[in-house]
Amino acid sequence: MKFGIVTFPGSNCDYDAFAAARFVLGQETAFLWHKSESLEGSDVVILPGGFAHGDYLRPGAIARFSPIMKEVFRFAKSGGIVIGICNGFQVLVEAGLLPGALMRNAHLRFACKFVYLKVEDYTTPFTLACPPGKTLKIPIAHGDGNYYTFQSDLEELERHGQVVFRYATADGRVTPEGNPNGSLGNIAGVRNREGNVMGLMPHPERAVEKILGSDDGLYVFRSLVTYCERRPAIAG
Amino acid sequence: MNKKRAIVYVRLKEGVLDPQGKTIAQAMGNMGYQEFSSVRSGRFFELECDNRPDLDKRIDDVCRKLLTNPVIETYKVEILP
Repeated sequence: MKFGIVTFPGSNCDYDAFAAARFVLGQETAFLWHKSESLEGSDVVILPGGFAHGDYLRPGAIARFSPIMKEVFRFAKSGGIVIGICNGFQVLVEAGLLPGALMRNAHLRFACKFVYLKVEDYTTPFTLACPPGKTLKIPIAHGDGNYYTFQSDLEELERHGQVVFRYATADGRVTPEGNPNGSLGNIAGVRNREGNVMGLMPHPERAVEKILGSDDGLYVFRSLVTYCERRPAIAG
Repeated sequence: MNKKRAIVYVRLKEGVLDPQGKTIAQAMGNMGYQEFSSVRSGRFFELECDNRPDLDKRIDDVCRKLLTNPVIETYKVEILP
């Protein structure tokens, strides 16, 4: 399978994502410049972390109009797997591919630390290799990760099981202590209704080897690989 | 072609938490301005534009597509001669 990693001007986690996909998982991986108009046959498109276009206006607001986003949009609408990490998540909500908005952290400080994630759905292409019941230890690094949506939209999200990850304590309890940025419902990652587009603020690509402090991020990458390997069989 | 100036005021929707405004209000209180119990922050854009019959609509478009995030923000446009 092939990973495609979009590089916007200001992306700074594109090499981390590349290293995880190419060197740790041994998969074919390509960088996709934001001005390109082709996804080069990628099976999974990653919008990486960083500060695309300097985060000017609002994080993700300008990046969503980069030329490659037309292709990403078309790919997503035809069922292609898209994952947005941190700034990539902000781009996906600005693009309207995911619901909600990411606002300034409630405490107004940049949050840079390991957090624990409760996996809410083990059936998605992004989580199917996660061991049931295990909380994932994955770092965050953001100033605008405070997930917000109106109450009625939140209920809609919950009703359709679109919350994929929630911030939790190390033992998996979803409580205010486990919430690093004020996100509504401790939401760390959501998917679209169809289930092929997902965004999360934590950085799985920064937790892919024990020496980094955790390799729990590998579960997310392995899920994607497993999903893509199984897919032809499912389709056939 | 005659030129117009438009001012776009952007603010958070009612009910959306504004941590920045809250912190500013707190700082004001600490400075001795206790009479200001609440601050809501926002921003504005000054646009210089060519006048055209569909100017209102064009500004509205760009407000919805780029200048605001309609999920959390609202805006008001003032067109000056």
